[in-house]
Amino acid sequence: MMPDVQEFLQIDAPALLAAVLACAACALVGNFLVLRRQGMMGDAVSHAILPGIVGGFLVAGTRETLPMMLGALAAAALAGLLIEAVRRLGRLESGAAMGVVFTVMFAAGVVMIEQASAGGIDLDADCVLYGQLETILWLAPKGWESLGDPAVWAALPREVLTLAAVFALCVALVGLFYKELKITTFDPALASTLGIPAGLFHYGVVLLVAATAIAAFEAVGSILVIAMLIAPPAAARLLTDRLAAQILLSVALGVLAALAGYGAAAFGPMLLGASHSLNAAGMIAVASGLILAVAVLFGPRHGLLGRRRAVGRLRAAPGFVAPEAQKP
Amino acid sequence: MQYLWRTPGSRIAPEEASPIGPPPLEIRGLTVAYHRRPVLWNIDYAAPPGGLIAVVGPNGAGKSTLIKACLGLVPRVSGTVEVFGRPIAKQRRLIGYVPQRESVDWDFPVSALDVVAMGRYGKIGWFRPVTRAHKEAALHALERVGMADFARRQIGQLSGGQQQRVFLARALAQEAQLYFMDEPFAGVDAATERAVLQVLRDLDAAGRTVICVHHDLQTVSDYFDHALLLNTRVVAQGPVSRVMTPDLLSRTYGGRPMPAPAAAEAS
Repeated sequence: MMPDVQEFLQIDAPALLAAVLACAACALVGNFLVLRRQGMMGDAVSHAILPGIVGGFLVAGTRETLPMMLGALAAAALAGLLIEAVRRLGRLESGAAMGVVFTVMFAAGVVMIEQASAGGIDLDADCVLYGQLETILWLAPKGWESLGDPAVWAALPREVLTLAAVFALCVALVGLFYKELKITTFDPALASTLGIPAGLFHYGVVLLVAATAIAAFEAVGSILVIAMLIAPPAAARLLTDRLAAQILLSVALGVLAALAGYGAAAFGPMLLGASHSLNAAGMIAVASGLILAVAVLFGPRHGLLGRRRAVGRLRAAPGFVAPEAQKP
Repeated sequence: MQYLWRTPGSRIAPEEASPIGPPPLEIRGLTVAYHRRPVLWNIDYAAPPGGLIAVVGPNGAGKSTLIKACLGLVPRVSGTVEVFGRPIAKQRRLIGYVPQRESVDWDFPVSALDVVAMGRYGKIGWFRPVTRAHKEAALHALERVGMADFARRQIGQLSGGQQQRVFLARALAQEAQLYFMDEPFAGVDAATERAVLQVLRDLDAAGRTVICVHHDLQTVSDYFDHALLLNTRVVAQGPVSRVMTPDLLSRTYGGRPMPAPAAAEAS
């Protein structure tokens, strides 16, 4: 049995909106991580913010976004400093430094959660790690016609509004600084000689990733954010050789992953006759992984099949002598 | 709105950059160190206006570091660098740069034309898109290196020599007065070598100054007017006919041990 309209608008619509906005924002900023070969940074940031989120919650004592966001931003900045310190003092390459710092900070966050739950404070580790899409509710709408009422829209859940704001911020910054992001990503040395502060853009990208990861963690959890940062841009990279096209396509693929993943989680089991729905955030990450797999196989120029076809065309060309036939 | 750190009125018109004015590049007492080991030691150098200058020296002599220090890409321990009489931060629009080809990721999803258009970004400034006029300038620069047919090609699909020519076209699109080039002849085919040389000669004829890190001692005297022999410190500088001598070259390439920087400085 499919859910009725009111149920859909109150339960599924806000969760879908949150998932779509989270995936779109992550995919957008993820492009610059992937192109800068700093995918690990998304991993590091999304793990390292955990103690900040828990700390913000413990200090404020509520699940308001602001204290958790401030805590997470502080944790992201601390992680940046620690990574740089470990890299210099320990003479490690940056990947190793990140690996040490983010695991330690993540572990600290897990210990803090355990301690807090032992103290009777309601903080669910699963919510932080895997998201709480299913608990995002929008009680205002009573039916399709109620969507014409501005008061209904004003009552959108806080998580959705936060994600919308962060997505708008990402779009605005990438739009305003598109040219500069392009050149500082491709050739930071030339950018510096032109007077574009390449180092500042590096930290700007990291901060934007942190802000996006923080906003998205409520929807898809602090771990699954990583899949959304990397998979859609990586898939889009295989489908096009134009930066602007890659960015637009990655956002579209992120949205597709959100819709397909949520749909499969919420309605898939019902259609198969099962009574329980699946974890939506988990299914979204699975969907983004499947999209990447499809791109790997069927990408026009970079895909496995495309490459095989190109070799086949070469072999079929007149005058081609197969290497095995050249052997005496 | 122009990019950072350029004060109004700092641009020098070509006629002002004449032999009478300050030299295109003047380095005084430049020292650069990595992990306390000096890579460049007390470099003094004034580039003659106009002309092709080769920076020559063995591996690890600090040739690339010299260019990067001039451009402000690596921190200086001491010393000053001036371009046409003013600090480099105020003269960015007069400078063109061709980095080593290996310094960037050629898988990046941009076309040859996009890369060349990056040379125009300094003229475009913040918050403005790349206009048709800038794209035409970029296409013209590609034509000058014989690469107009490849404008739409993703850069990873170009050969090494073609990639080098794209970098050169990007520098041309900068329309600079003083060019720094890091091994533009490294690992290129004969066609590219001719194309690069032709561009250098065109720049020379137009009164520009080009400072090239160059590794092929055989061609220094044919391609360049001046040479700077470098091995952590300046061994010799001047017209190639005076500098490219067996004696000076063997001193540059370690035929005779260099005195330790600290001891030499004390004397």
